[in-house]
Amino acid sequence: MANFNPDLSSRHRRQPHSALLSLTHPNKSMFERQRALLRKAVPAGFPSPADDYVERRLSLDEHLIQHRESTFFMRVAGHSMRDLGIFDGDLLVVDRSVPAAHGCVVVAVIDGEFTVKQLLYTPQGKLLRAAHPDYPDVAVTAEHDFSIWGVVQWNVHRV
Amino acid sequence: MRRAIALVDCNNFYVSCERLFQPGLERKPVVVLSNNDGCVVSRSQEAKDLGLKMAAPWHQMKDLARRHGIVALSSNYSLYADISNRVMSLLSRFSPEQEVYSIDESFLDLGGIATDHTAYGQQMRETVGRCVGIPVCVGIAASKTLAKLANHVAKQDCRFGGVCDFNRMPPAELDTLLSSIAVGEVWGVGRHTVPKLERIGIRSVLDLKRAPAGRLRAGFGIVLARIVEELNGIACLELDDVAPAKRQITCSRSFGTLTSSLADLEQALVAYTTRAAEKLRQQRSLAGGIQIYIRTNPHRKRDPQYQQSIIVPLAWPSNDTRLFCRAALYGLSRIHRSGYAYQKAGVTLTHIIDAADKPDTLFDDTALQQKSSTLMSTLDRINRRMGSGTIRLLGEGISARWAMRRENRSQRYTTEWAELAVCRS
Repeated sequence: MANFNPDLSSRHRRQPHSALLSLTHPNKSMFERQRALLRKAVPAGFPSPADDYVERRLSLDEHLIQHRESTFFMRVAGHSMRDLGIFDGDLLVVDRSVPAAHGCVVVAVIDGEFTVKQLLYTPQGKLLRAAHPDYPDVAVTAEHDFSIWGVVQWNVHRV
Repeated sequence: MRRAIALVDCNNFYVSCERLFQPGLERKPVVVLSNNDGCVVSRSQEAKDLGLKMAAPWHQMKDLARRHGIVALSSNYSLYADISNRVMSLLSRFSPEQEVYSIDESFLDLGGIATDHTAYGQQMRETVGRCVGIPVCVGIAASKTLAKLANHVAKQDCRFGGVCDFNRMPPAELDTLLSSIAVGEVWGVGRHTVPKLERIGIRSVLDLKRAPAGRLRAGFGIVLARIVEELNGIACLELDDVAPAKRQITCSRSFGTLTSSLADLEQALVAYTTRAAEKLRQQRSLAGGIQIYIRTNPHRKRDPQYQQSIIVPLAWPSNDTRLFCRAALYGLSRIHRSGYAYQKAGVTLTHIIDAADKPDTLFDDTALQQKSSTLMSTLDRINRRMGSGTIRLLGEGISARWAMRRENRSQRYTTEWAELAVCRS
């Protein structure tokens, strides 16, 4: 076992191997200056007349996220949902915990890929509808590897 | 009255997290590798079925992997930690008493929850699966040790549908089940204890359950005697009981590439020491010494081999990162030999005591200690708020050449704006 003197303010017992190393141990005056900064009291002037009315500022998280544990963000790539106001590059707020009802916009997994579409229940089965005339509906069949990942609650679009 | 303690454990947790954001990995053999892509730390069922073993060195598996198209991912702890927090938060709604035991396991006290516990467990599985997409299994029993085993059974035997409640099993049936499980599966029975137990004829969990307590206590100590009581349904471990402040804190990693540079070793040790000291302060402890070790790569038989460790005791217990770093570097200067290609370094903080129990000594410089603790708590606060490593010792270096290899890490889907999952539209 080697002995070691742990006094922070003492000089190094050996030459440091690099200049970097010596910077890791500030000397005492640096240390004190730093603490003086931290301890500085805020001078008190007139009390603000609004003091009694200070409330928490609004947070978008509170507005957009109903279930913290099951809400995830995703990025949109493509134009198929244009007519529902979802554009390329937009930010989706997706909740996995809410049931996917008829007409919901959902994030679905088809053959291992995420896609955002409107979900419709028809007598023939589930239908994924795009919101753009150039994109056809996709009828979900048994051949598809299909699941619903979450329900889109909000779309955040940069104007 | 008989207790009801549940252990909820995520199935193949890291792989499940990866599949949540890469659904294309479903039904494929997938493994997650440890830091530095060294060995396998999580396997999908398909990978288990192919015979991939836990902790197997990855470079020995590459052939097998190529033949079967096994997907190997580097570990993505930012993602796993976030998903874990979500799972634990959901589970906390199922009981007023929760102990988060590890990143993927949580104990829940179901005492006083007057309902069918098996159905309650199914409800947990459904909730976590729907909300976070992670499959879990639930074991329920009268003690924590039994709950761990019940969970093991729930995972292994698909007839239980993911929830196994020992409390509802007739005693004879439970004993038959316990006789089929190897004693090494019992929580707290270590690798080194198993052969000793086998030598005196204790092979199955049932053998251990029926072992005479007095004889075990004499031969193996109080810990094993307590395990036996737990196996007999007498709860000795309260929730939270098992994770008292750690007596040793270690941070060690292997480097991304071998290095023979002393400066690299110094930087690595400063980084590991910083991490260890953070953990120490988190549990409000002080350490009276620091052990460091360095070693070459033992698997490269033709390279010259060297490994050495040293303990550097401090004059008084402390939690100051700067002090530990100086001690670590001093230790390194004592054991470092040039001319070797080093692969791994580590630090262990030893002689840990509760900060409240610190003995006063004649030579205490109270003013200096006060300054040190103010600085350290400020540092921790800033790093907690602004992200780990925001303020750090320059001794860690600016860019870590020795840093870990993470060749195939997935995106940090839930913690980085630039890395969100993309949805085709």
